[in-house]
Amino acid sequence: MNSRFGFYLIIFILVLAGISLSWLRHTKLNVPLQPGQQKAVWLIEARVDFEALGKAVRVSLNLPDNPPGYRQVSGQAASTGYGFAEIEGPEGRRAEWTKRSAQGSQTLYYKAQMVADPQAEHEKEQRPQTAPEPKEIFWDSLQATAAHQLVEQAYAKSSTPTSLARELAKQLTASEPDQNASLLLSQYSLPTLIMRLLNHAGIPARISMGLELRDARRYQSLQPILEVYESEHWIPVDPRTGAHGLPQNMLLWQRAGKSLLDVTGGESSEVSFSMLRQTMPALDLARLQQDTDGISRFSLYSLPIEEQSVFKLLLLLPLGAMIVTFMRIIVGIRTSGTFMPVLIALSFLQTQLFQGLSAFLLIVALGLVLRGYLSKLNLLMVARISTLIVLVIFLTSIISVIGHELGFSLGLTITFFPMIIIAWTIERMSILWEEEGSREVLIQGLGSLSVAIVSYLCMRMDIVRHLTFNFPELHLVLLAAILTMGQYTGYKLSELKRFGVMRGRS
Amino acid sequence: MWIFPTALRRQGFLGMNRRNVAYISRYNTRSRYPLVDDKLKTKLQAEKFHLATPQLQGVVRYQYEISHFQHSAANLDGFAVKPSKGAGGKGILVITGRDGEHYIKSSGKRIDIHGVKRHLSNILAGLHSLAGSPDVAIIEDLIRPVEMFEKLSFAGVPDIRVIVFRGYPVMAMLRLSTRASDGKANLHKGAVGVGLDIGSGQCLHAVQYSRRVTRHPDTDLSLDTIAVPDWKELLVLAARSYEITKLGYIGADLVVDAERGPMLLELNARPGLSIQVANGIGLLPRLREIERIDPDFVPSPEERVEFAMRTFG
Repeated sequence: MNSRFGFYLIIFILVLAGISLSWLRHTKLNVPLQPGQQKAVWLIEARVDFEALGKAVRVSLNLPDNPPGYRQVSGQAASTGYGFAEIEGPEGRRAEWTKRSAQGSQTLYYKAQMVADPQAEHEKEQRPQTAPEPKEIFWDSLQATAAHQLVEQAYAKSSTPTSLARELAKQLTASEPDQNASLLLSQYSLPTLIMRLLNHAGIPARISMGLELRDARRYQSLQPILEVYESEHWIPVDPRTGAHGLPQNMLLWQRAGKSLLDVTGGESSEVSFSMLRQTMPALDLARLQQDTDGISRFSLYSLPIEEQSVFKLLLLLPLGAMIVTFMRIIVGIRTSGTFMPVLIALSFLQTQLFQGLSAFLLIVALGLVLRGYLSKLNLLMVARISTLIVLVIFLTSIISVIGHELGFSLGLTITFFPMIIIAWTIERMSILWEEEGSREVLIQGLGSLSVAIVSYLCMRMDIVRHLTFNFPELHLVLLAAILTMGQYTGYKLSELKRFGVMRGRS
Repeated sequence: MWIFPTALRRQGFLGMNRRNVAYISRYNTRSRYPLVDDKLKTKLQAEKFHLATPQLQGVVRYQYEISHFQHSAANLDGFAVKPSKGAGGKGILVITGRDGEHYIKSSGKRIDIHGVKRHLSNILAGLHSLAGSPDVAIIEDLIRPVEMFEKLSFAGVPDIRVIVFRGYPVMAMLRLSTRASDGKANLHKGAVGVGLDIGSGQCLHAVQYSRRVTRHPDTDLSLDTIAVPDWKELLVLAARSYEITKLGYIGADLVVDAERGPMLLELNARPGLSIQVANGIGLLPRLREIERIDPDFVPSPEERVEFAMRTFG
């Protein structure tokens, strides 16, 4: 009883580990669960123009740092003659270009690939360590009175920082704004004004810069976005409607009021953006992010391409093994040789089903004929099988050449068949034929082939190939299934037929 | 003709998976398999424990010994040639007499000395052995069946298969070869399986190709009247095979010789399940009955047989 419990515990752990590791890989590394998934990627190009003064130049551009709703896939700078580095500092992520001396108008580019990822918002947000203090705001006396009244009206109608922002927005965007509003609006832009009013009311608020992502736009500039601090989060608020949350396709490029662009050794600098919407296979996307994360170490993509292709095939084997286990333990199909069906199925994968099947049947049939002659020679067994291997290789070469002459691509396909396995199959089949008759040969042969075809059909599915290679940990689940089947003591399906005569007895 | 698994379970039928997991792998120690997989070893072991087996006339181990075979077999009228590691009755050649230069097979066909030599060579090469490994050929005395059995069987000697679990005989059947089975005793080839009452050795039920029969298809003799002679002695012999092998779950194949009485023919560590069909009942309830017996209680073979005859009769 105790060992049973331990066994099922192991099964449970295997299944749990397999599924949770895959899930982690799916969510953290965004490895898609299905093959051929396409994802939208925004290619954003920031262009910095300035006039260099002939001195040492240092340009520092703020880069988006974990913007909510987006994830950066790649980033690169294109600017000849400049040294470039991406710097993670207390100020956040910044791109820095440097050059000893430059003269005249200069253009620097930074390209980033961003992918929309709703989860990034929750996971990667950097929470402020301490609650930010509201900024101190200075008004002239007339403004101060107007601001005070506006805030008081809105304060009475609100309960939270965001609702206060909404009420302020309502008042300021009313079709007939009152005198106080008009006065202040004449001097400040709408987002700035609300930011000032909120800070005036003792509520931390700030202006961040966002980029509206629209396909194939050029020379776009950043737009100010109002952010209000409420319950430990900075919440974007639309100053025109008071709605909170980011508008769709809005990428927060620069947050927390840091400077967007610093240029030393140059003047009249400006930054503009162009963008392009691309689609790209989700798998490639995941691969681009490989080296960033710890779990990616498990990935087989770190291997050389040559070995990857070997593993692609090799990792299909456990599935075949499971199918054989199922077919033999649960269904009760008789096969010649335990795992020969899987090997046949693997060779079908290299070929096509039809060509592989006909080549296999042809060679085994011819081999059986030759084996019939060999049995008359009274050879010792090892010599007999060795002879058979040589003959099988002759046969395949002849068939390949003939196939090639006739224009079938059969030749290449057969060479993948493991010769020794074919020779052994022929040997076992012919002994079976002599001892048990053709019926048993047919039963076992058809059994082997049907299991091979079932395994082939499973292994050929794109989703299966995708999952086995990209989520190798799923093999733990397969292992658990095989172990569980190994404990199955019930009747085989074939036994229900075999003992069918017992029907109707008590 | 399919049957629901619940119906099979209700009848206590043992399935292949349960046999492998719950009985063979639990009660049979792997290291003792060679003793039963190799008939020569079984025979020598049986002789050591004074169990009756067909008399060994000779062993052919090497290819060069085959040429001497003619001389050594000259004074034998009838003999059986068997591969030591054969399974399922494969590669057994039974010579019942001679006709000048030729030997007469049990089927009545003739075979010349070259045919016998080729057969021996094939055995040595491992053609009939379990994993195709090299083998030796055993030559042993012919069994002279008792009169009743001789009449029953189409060709060849009927044998009795007893399932012995932890030394207790739990189920038995008589296997009669038929014309369809080509003189072989394998049920799936068309031999008649006669389920025997453990208590008395009388026929309970008989099948051919899983169908119930009451008469032998070739000799047309009624099967219902069968009662195996020396029944208790036979069961004791089967039960004692537990002492010589220490294997918990085995099938013992026995024959009854006209002169020497019950003899052990061979043992099988993976006995088939069709004995249940021949008996028309499942093995499981009996196996469970035996499993209830405390392993520290070690009765003698006679006591075990008496217990089995009482309980399963």
